[in-house]
Order: sequence, then structure tokens, then C-alpha cells
Amino acid sequence: MSAQASAPQAAPGDEPSYLDEGHSVASWIFSTDHKRIAILYAVSITVFFFIGGAAATLMRIQLFEPNNSFVSAAQYNRLFTMHGIIMVWFFLVPSIPTTLGNFLVPMMIGAKDVALPKLNLTSWWLYVGGAIFTIVCLIGGGVDTGWTFYTPYSTLYSNAAVLSAAAGVFVVGFSSILTGVNMITTVHMLRAPGLTWFRLPLFVWGIYATSLVMVLATPVLAMTLLLVIAERMGLPVFDPRFGGDPVLFQHLFWFYSHPAVYIMILPAMGVISEIIASEARRRVFGYKAMAVAMLSIAVLGFLVWGHHMFVAGMSPFADIVFSFLSFVIAVPSAIKVFNWTATLYRGEIRFGAPMLYALGFLGLFTVGGLTGLFLASVPVDVHVHGTYFVIAHFHYIMVGGSVSAYFGGLHYWWPKITGRMYLEWWARLAAITMFLGFNFTFFPQFIAGYLGMPRRHFVYAPQYHLYNVMSSTGAVVLAAAYLLPLFYLGWSLVWGARAGANPWNATGLEWLTPSPPPKQNFARTPRVDNDPYDYHEPETGPTQADQPPRQPQGGVA
Amino acid sequence: MSQTGVTVREPWPDARREETGLQFAMWVFLATEVLFFGALICTYAVNRWAHPAAVREAGRHAAFAYGLANTVILTLSGLSMAIADRAVKEQLGALAKACLWITLALGTAFVVIKALEYYKDISDNLWPGPDFALRGAGARPFWSFYWVATGVHAIHLTIGLGVVARLLVFAHRGSLVRRVPSMTISTLYWEFVDIVWLFLFALIYLVGRT
Repeated sequence: MSAQASAPQAAPGDEPSYLDEGHSVASWIFSTDHKRIAILYAVSITVFFFIGGAAATLMRIQLFEPNNSFVSAAQYNRLFTMHGIIMVWFFLVPSIPTTLGNFLVPMMIGAKDVALPKLNLTSWWLYVGGAIFTIVCLIGGGVDTGWTFYTPYSTLYSNAAVLSAAAGVFVVGFSSILTGVNMITTVHMLRAPGLTWFRLPLFVWGIYATSLVMVLATPVLAMTLLLVIAERMGLPVFDPRFGGDPVLFQHLFWFYSHPAVYIMILPAMGVISEIIASEARRRVFGYKAMAVAMLSIAVLGFLVWGHHMFVAGMSPFADIVFSFLSFVIAVPSAIKVFNWTATLYRGEIRFGAPMLYALGFLGLFTVGGLTGLFLASVPVDVHVHGTYFVIAHFHYIMVGGSVSAYFGGLHYWWPKITGRMYLEWWARLAAITMFLGFNFTFFPQFIAGYLGMPRRHFVYAPQYHLYNVMSSTGAVVLAAAYLLPLFYLGWSLVWGARAGANPWNATGLEWLTPSPPPKQNFARTPRVDNDPYDYHEPETGPTQADQPPRQPQGGVA
Repeated sequence: MSQTGVTVREPWPDARREETGLQFAMWVFLATEVLFFGALICTYAVNRWAHPAAVREAGRHAAFAYGLANTVILTLSGLSMAIADRAVKEQLGALAKACLWITLALGTAFVVIKALEYYKDISDNLWPGPDFALRGAGARPFWSFYWVATGVHAIHLTIGLGVVARLLVFAHRGSLVRRVPSMTISTLYWEFVDIVWLFLFALIYLVGRT
């Protein structure tokens, strides 16, 4: 059944699955089982995703007309702030690491749980507590600083809800740090016998690299938010009237917030590697290069924050260095795209829903990455800084990339997590609709932005009308694509066909146990004797390389 | 599970692995803490670079005697904590318990002295509000750093006191000598908080005295 491990596992039904370990609410919200905590996170991020999405919907309605009065200027500021804060900190950053990561990392390395199960539960409580508190502040108090909390606006002019919202984000950041500590320790300490570093699935590498960034970048954000809170309480740090420097705030903020982009994309890269290998029946091309590329992205990600500040008045030398480093980080990202494509080469591709999401990811991530190079070059950035070009660029990475990967991974591991199969045709429909709706929404923003339409404005000049109508219409399609899975995945929970232990015939350790897995994950700790992605003999393709001789169409002349 | 009667918790295969794992996790967490305080010290460095004279002048107002007393107290508490850690590993329960009490007492003394110092600072108008005593660009950011850094440090130390109190509960129940992992990671945390103070001492109290 599985090519990666040799230990035979108990047949399904011997042990109750983790879903049957208790049905009360308390058995869930106080569970230290990594699988249950993953479900808790999945439910919470889904709620926050739709709250953040609702804010975006209201913004798109406002922007349907150039001088619309659906919302006021002040309300619009609050909406984009709410959208940004919720989507970045309460959805994208925790999305894959805390759901799929929590569920799969211990299973993929043959462990019974994460290294620190109680800490894992603490992370979730901090996350939910902090996030709900912040959302109450956002809706009740109306924070209008944007998700970036730039000083001096956030500390001197905006209303007092900034203080409590920043405190809430601080708490959520702490949850993120603890998740990172937990994942790093798990991968270091709990790998099954024989599972060496270069036998780890790339998803584990992705979560590991992400956790490094979480642990080393998030504390800087935490301190920066604390200083914003302090400044609001009368302790000037960035206030230029007393010799402080607002640009220092931007440096500290982006020292976290640029690596945070890699917190969002590295787990997605891991998911895509798993899906493409399994659904193309291929070994991942250049496995080691893929693992090293993830680590180099994590490290280089710390050195490029200045490209957010080309127009903030930095020294031109700093501009040149940050521009160069931003180009450098494109190299490992490009290696990954090439290697995924090379993995598809001569594969036996199944165009199921996970693969459709993965292929969508490849295209959208590439567009997002290439437009990132535009923004990394100083002269172009000076032109498009603060326009919709930037909005389109990072949505291609975060929504087109990360969210596609999250949905792809959700479908791919859905049978393992729930023990049920989803409805394949509905899932394909959702995947394709999502791809089309996404491009329809965000591609026009590249053009509008390049022509000069500024971001964060509630009205715009009439010449951008067409692009905004396209964008708002596309958003309707996109919203439908996001709502669809709620229904058919919910349906499958009750009426879906039962899934076997390994419905995709995949090689990861997680497919060795019954679906859904028992509480202990494995009846016996597995032993790993070979490389991941053992879909065919090394150095060969899955299909015949030597073809029989062919005749030309016209025969002998 | 093992011979000494140490209980191994999920998901660890054995007690040795559990101890290594918890220690490792604590080191990773301390890496986070380094960046947390590092960002704060970065704002200090930028301020001092921009306004060297004002920062020196502002530093002269820091209550040196209080800072020095606290440095001595905290260093001694680090010593007693290290002895307690070693005592637990050597199964010397009584010594460990005594040293933990000393650590708790020294840590509490630190917080009390810090509170007295805060009282003096506020009386001297060193809270950078409307009645702030000092003039000049850079003085207020310096004192903001003082309040934030010592405040965050004091919170860390108070958490440390809770951690030591937890170990004392174990000692009271006689289970401390079987809690090697808890003792080890508590010691790591305590010593880290000590070291942070040494940095803060130099940055706050010594800068005006060169």
C-alpha cells in the first residue's frame, strides 16, 4: 500500500478514530490531540475568512462606481483596515501551518502528536481570544490605520481603538510564535526511526521553514506593536517632535511583515509539492534543491524588507541593496516553479480537484512572482508604489498562491481528515471557478494600478471605471467559488462515500493509517527505509521511455 | 516508565528524549525572546546614534544605586537557580528546595526595589509626559525605552517568579527530583531574564557615566 514505510498497520476499525474520542464541545475545545486542534483552527479561520471577505465585498460594492456613496470615506478606511488585519493575521498567517500543518506534520513524520500538545492547545486559545477581541475592536471601535499601523497616524491621530486592536494582534502573534516553537521541536525531535532530514516530505520542510520565520520575525512585530501601544500611552518612541523617527517604525514593521509573506507562501509551496508529486505519479524533480530553496527563501526573506520603503526616504544605497536582495530571493522561488513544472513532465496527471488547484497555483504564483520583480526595481516601484498594481501583485501571491494551495490541500487531505470523499465534480467546478474569478478580479487591478489608480481611496477618477467594474464583477464569481466548498464539503461530512486509508495511492506516511486516523495516529511507530515520493524507480519516468519505432505518416516515398 | 520512576508524557518515546526535546523547545523560545528584546534595543541604538549627547545626559538621571543593587541581586539569584538545577540532577532535594527559596526571595527583592525605583523616577518627573524633567530631542525616547524595557523585563521576571513557585510546589510534594525537564527549562528561562537585565543595566545606567 505504501512504499515509504515497512511497518504494517492495524486494519481500519481496530481502534476508534480521533473523531470518535468524544462528542461533547469540551472534548474538542480542551483536547490536546493535534488533529482535533487542527479542526478547531480550521473552523476558526473559516469564520474569520468570511468576516474578512465580507469587508472586501463591501469595498468592491463601493468601488463599482467612481463616485459611489455606498459607504463613507471613513467607513471605507475602516473596511480596508478590517479586511487587511483579519486576512493577514487571522487567516493567511495561521491558515496552512495551524490546520494542515497541525494535522499532518506529526503524521508525516510518524509521531503520536506534536512535541508540546498542551502548548498547542494554548496557541489556539490565544489565537481565538486575541482574534475575537481584535474583531470586536475593529467593528466596535473602527480602526482606520490600515493593517500596517503606520506612525504617526496610528499613535497621534487615529482613535483609541488602535491601542486595543494592536494588543489583540500582539496576542495572536504570540500564538503564532508558540506554534512555530512547537513545529520546530516536533520536526527535530519526533521523526520516526530512519526518517532522515532528506527523507522528509516537502510539506514538512515547508512548515519547518515557515516556523523558523514565525519564531524569528514575529517577536519583532510584537515589540513594534508594543511600542505603538506605549506611544499611545504617552511614551514617545517614533514621534519626530521629540527626536523619534517614524521611518524606524516602518523598518521594524516590515522586518516582520515582509517575512510574513513567506510565512504565508512557504506552507503553500509544501502543499503544492505533495499534490503535484502524488497527482502526477512522479518523484519531485530536484528534491534536495526544493528543500534547500525553501530554507533559502526563509533566510533571504529576512533581508528584503526595505523594498516596501523605497519612497520612504531611505538612503539610495539602501535602496540599491534591498532591490538587489529582492531580485536574489526570486531565484529560489523560480527554482521551485521550474522544478514543479519538471515534475509534471512525463507524469501521469490526474486532473482531480487538488491538481486543478495546484496548477492554478503554479500560474498565479508565477504572475505574482514576476510582478514582484517589477516592484523590486526601484524606478518602477517609485512609479507604481501605493497603486492597485501593488494590490494585484500581493493578491496574486497571497490569494492566488496561498489560498489556492490551502483549498488544494484541503481537498487532497479531506479523505484523511474526515474519512469521507468529497464530490469530485463540484470540487473541480469550484477550483476552476476560483481560478477564473480570481483572475477576473485581480488582473484588471494590474492595469488600473499601472495607469496610476491609488490604493486605499474610496472614490476614483472615471477613467478607471471599466477596470473596477471588471474587478467587482469578478469578485462576485470569486465569492461564489469560495462559498461552494462550504456546501459540498459540508455535504460530504454526512453523505460522502467512505474513504479508504489511501485513496490517492500516495506514498506519505500519513496514508499508512486508517482514515480518519486513530488518536495515536499509528498502532506502531513506523520505520522509514526509503526516500519520499517513491512513485517509480529513481532516474526513470513512470511511462515507457523507450518507445517502439514509428513510421512516418506518408510511408516510404 | 524508566527506572527512576520518571513519568513520560505523550508523545515522547522515553524520558531522555523528553528532556532533550523540552530543552530544545526552550532554546527556540529564547531565540524568539532575543529578537523581541533585540527590536527594542534597536530603537535604543537608533536614538543614541541620532542624539548621542542627549542620551548620555538622560542616562545620568537614571537611579544608579537602585540599578546596581538589582544587578547584584539578580546575578546572585542566577547563581542560586543554577545550584538548584544541579542539585535536582544530583537528586539533592533539600538543597534544591533551599536554593529555590533563595531564588524566589532574591527575585521578589528585585521587583520591590524596582517598584521603589519607579516611585523615585515618577517623583523626579522622569515619565515622559507633560511634566517631563528633561529637554532636548532624544531624551523622551530614551526614557520611553527605560519604561518599556524595564517594564517588559519586570513582567518576564514576575512570570519567572511564578515558574520558581511552581517548582517549589513540586519540591513541597517531594516530586521535584523527578522533574528534571521542568527544572532545566525553568533555569534556562530564569538565566535568560538575568542576562537581559545585564544588557539593560549597561544601556540605561552606565551610558551617562563614561
